[in-house]
Amino acid sequence: MKNKRSLFAVPYIVWMAFLVVIPIIIMVVYAFTTVPAGATDDSLTFTLSNFTSMGNYTVVFTRSFKLALIATLVCLLIGYPISYMIAKEGPRFQRIAMVLIMLPMWINFLLRTYSWMSILENNGLLNQFFRAIGLIDLYNSIAIHFAADPAAYQPITYFQMMGTSGAVVLGMVYNYLPFMILPIYSVIVKLDHSLVEAAHDLGANSIVVFRKVIFPLSLPGVLSGITMVFVPSVSTFAISRLLGGGNQMLLGDLIELQFTGGAYNPHLGAAIAMVMMVIVVVCMWVMNHFGEGEEQAVML
Amino acid sequence: MKSRALNRVFMALVFLFLYAPIFLLIIFSFNAGESSVVWKGFSLKWYGELFRDRLIMQSVYTTLLVSLLATIISTIAGTFAAIGFYSMRRRVREPLMTINSIPMMNADIVTGVSLCLFFVAFFNLWGDFASWINSIQSLVYLPTRLNLGFGTLLLAHISFNIPYVILSVGPKLRQMDRNLVDAAQDLGCTWMQAFWKVILPEIKPGIVSGALIAFTMSVDDFVISYFTAGSATSTLAMQIYSMTKKRISPKINAISTLLFITVLALLVIVNIREARQERAALARQTGKK
Amino acid sequence: MKKKLALALATVLACGLLFTGCSGGSGRVVNVCSWGEYIDTDLITQFEEETGITVNYQTADSNEILYSQLKNGGANYDVIVPSDYMIARLIEEDMLAELNYDNIPNYSKIDDAYKGLSFDPENKYTVPYSWGTLGIIYNTTMVDEPITSWNAMFDTAYADNVLMINNSRDALGIALLSLGYSVNTTDEAQIREAYEKLAKAKADGVYQGWVMDEVFQKMEQGNAAIAAYYAGDYLTMLESNPDLAYVVPEEGSNWFVDAMCVLKDAEHKEEAEEWINFICGTEASLANMDYIWYASPNAEALEQYPAYYEETYGEPLDQELYEIMAAPQDVLDRCEVYENLPADTLTLYNDLWVELGVGN
Repeated sequence: MKNKRSLFAVPYIVWMAFLVVIPIIIMVVYAFTTVPAGATDDSLTFTLSNFTSMGNYTVVFTRSFKLALIATLVCLLIGYPISYMIAKEGPRFQRIAMVLIMLPMWINFLLRTYSWMSILENNGLLNQFFRAIGLIDLYNSIAIHFAADPAAYQPITYFQMMGTSGAVVLGMVYNYLPFMILPIYSVIVKLDHSLVEAAHDLGANSIVVFRKVIFPLSLPGVLSGITMVFVPSVSTFAISRLLGGGNQMLLGDLIELQFTGGAYNPHLGAAIAMVMMVIVVVCMWVMNHFGEGEEQAVML
Repeated sequence: MKSRALNRVFMALVFLFLYAPIFLLIIFSFNAGESSVVWKGFSLKWYGELFRDRLIMQSVYTTLLVSLLATIISTIAGTFAAIGFYSMRRRVREPLMTINSIPMMNADIVTGVSLCLFFVAFFNLWGDFASWINSIQSLVYLPTRLNLGFGTLLLAHISFNIPYVILSVGPKLRQMDRNLVDAAQDLGCTWMQAFWKVILPEIKPGIVSGALIAFTMSVDDFVISYFTAGSATSTLAMQIYSMTKKRISPKINAISTLLFITVLALLVIVNIREARQERAALARQTGKK
Repeated sequence: MKKKLALALATVLACGLLFTGCSGGSGRVVNVCSWGEYIDTDLITQFEEETGITVNYQTADSNEILYSQLKNGGANYDVIVPSDYMIARLIEEDMLAELNYDNIPNYSKIDDAYKGLSFDPENKYTVPYSWGTLGIIYNTTMVDEPITSWNAMFDTAYADNVLMINNSRDALGIALLSLGYSVNTTDEAQIREAYEKLAKAKADGVYQGWVMDEVFQKMEQGNAAIAAYYAGDYLTMLESNPDLAYVVPEEGSNWFVDAMCVLKDAEHKEEAEEWINFICGTEASLANMDYIWYASPNAEALEQYPAYYEETYGEPLDQELYEIMAAPQDVLDRCEVYENLPADTLTLYNDLWVELGVGN
């Protein structure tokens, strides 16, 4: 009886084989091959050059990981306290707050990123605001004293924000912050309050309670929040393109450039995508491992 | 008390951070000028232009169609796959579930790229196959050239949606008392009847939430669509991306305002209804007492 | 919560689909791919009304991106409008279809100067769409003196205020020109020198961004002082920002011709030829020129344009603007047409281009 029912899974297993497994295999094949220069047919030859030439792109790898890590950290630093604060509020407040946090996720992330463009431009709203409140003049009057040659000091008329790595991190934080808040909040809100009370009764102060009870118990939420922010951040290509003005190339941009962008080389693109996949899987595995260890420690 | 006030300030700041850009988008959708910085007076002209813009309207249509179709297909397929998976032995199921979770774990760009390569490779094979078939007989003519387009977009969406459906139906199946189906069949139900009358009601919440997650993922997706839709088909997200690369037009603001208002209105309605139901339930309970 | 919302949303959308779904017509179609801001969209409607053919109009960012799309099977265009050097490459790789000029009677109106050019010497594959020059657009209020040389694009005095063009051919071409080399050079040392110049300027923070059509927004709103872009687009920007000026630098520049071609595996070749014929007609050329400000190769249209302008706007067309649009011979003499480069040079371009994006 049971075995018969398991036949329902067969179509999907076939489907997975074709649309999950084979595509990844093809990607790996692409990564290890190249089309010889000048060849007109589809002949492929085995090569490791896609990987060896990746050395040229270490800058991109480090930049991607650096920016994604910073964004994840910032998300955590904002996301954890806010989830904690919301969880401590009344149920009505909690509900409204959660709706408000999810609402932006329903608007496509490109639209949200786009609105930052008009804010961060040199002549954008933020710079106009700074100008209006005299912040830019203030900066100039201070900076001129520190300039090596005050006579040659060129007063600035705006703060450069677009095209900087800061803008890209801002875009990541803005877009993925809800992904950090939601899992942390859902863990904290389900936290057994008797544990907290027990700790207080046993004489622990708030800081100790937080460090020894609340934080360790909310760790699963934190870990899933970190993954949910880090993976899209490290692989994004639209955010860096829109807010980084082409000056902040990330891994995603590099891959996109090889497929539909200005440098057509799907083999290299596949190789980079493969490396990224491996790195992300390893990171997640390590983190889950680490997370499990923590949980066990807590249980002990 | 003081710290509570500080907390509120912090929360207000975070919400300001989340909403300020959205409100700016909305405000400037009513700008008479083309700038997204300088206010030149109130006007609705960008809404008019939006509805006249065929590319945008077409992409809205594509997005909705692909999301709905992908949701329906992946919900049905995912439910059956979940039923199959959960009647397997654990040792068989575990590796399959791991493969199932690959599309969820992978970065979107990896999924997109691998699917794109797969489709192109398949098209090449198909081209050879079709021209061979065409050459040996003349009864049927097979098209030799296939393209990325709506079909591949739909396949890609289905394949990244199904895992979510399985993931949300699975737990319900696990909670279900397995003997129920056997009991129903012992009592003379056919399998189909058992499915409709026993399994389905039990796992319905899981199916509904799976379908909703699938729909959300489809509507929100940009990266996978970007690599699998080809150039002739474009979803709203792709359209916006290509628009941001050109001269930025307040039409984008107009479409985001409309989306925001739709979502907001639905949220408010759902929330009010939910609150009312809860209150009614509470009233019934207290009334009974 | 979110779930119910989604369900409600889905219902609303489903209803919407039922209505819009009915409007999808069938029949004759043509898939066109061109550049952004490169057609008077009213022409599309007009063509559809006249012929009943539905036009799927798409845009690509640059020649290189168009090429990627064609190669990776992502595109099913019928008509494309690539530039000269890319046309040569597509012909070389056997990707274009020979046109049946009997179906394109308006071809006779194209000035002979744009026929038989190096990319299509025998006039088998192309019908010119427009032509123009590449030059420097600058904001006169943001620079101290008029710009005359490509070296302004590499000048740290304008740090953070320069927009470099975001495609390999033009960007490296500009660097080559500023060094006094030919844009068609295949000398690796020269190309590498050009790359070094770009890389150095990038490292010195000269570039605010690498842009294609984003340039409109940035220059119109005064967010950058200097940009390299096409003459026609400068004229469009001028309409919203009178402080802008355009110059074809003294070192010379690129003179380009974009031409309509039909892809070899196009499914709608007949419709494609009908579209091409419509677009290169005098009336359409005039309307298009007025909208996109790129000079038309249609001799009649180019000649009539000043009169057309005066009639439409009630004021004479500034001769200076006309000459920016349709560069006079003495300017063209300074300019070079891009030729298709040999495969290994193209690979070099690609590699250097990626490295340039990567480096910081």
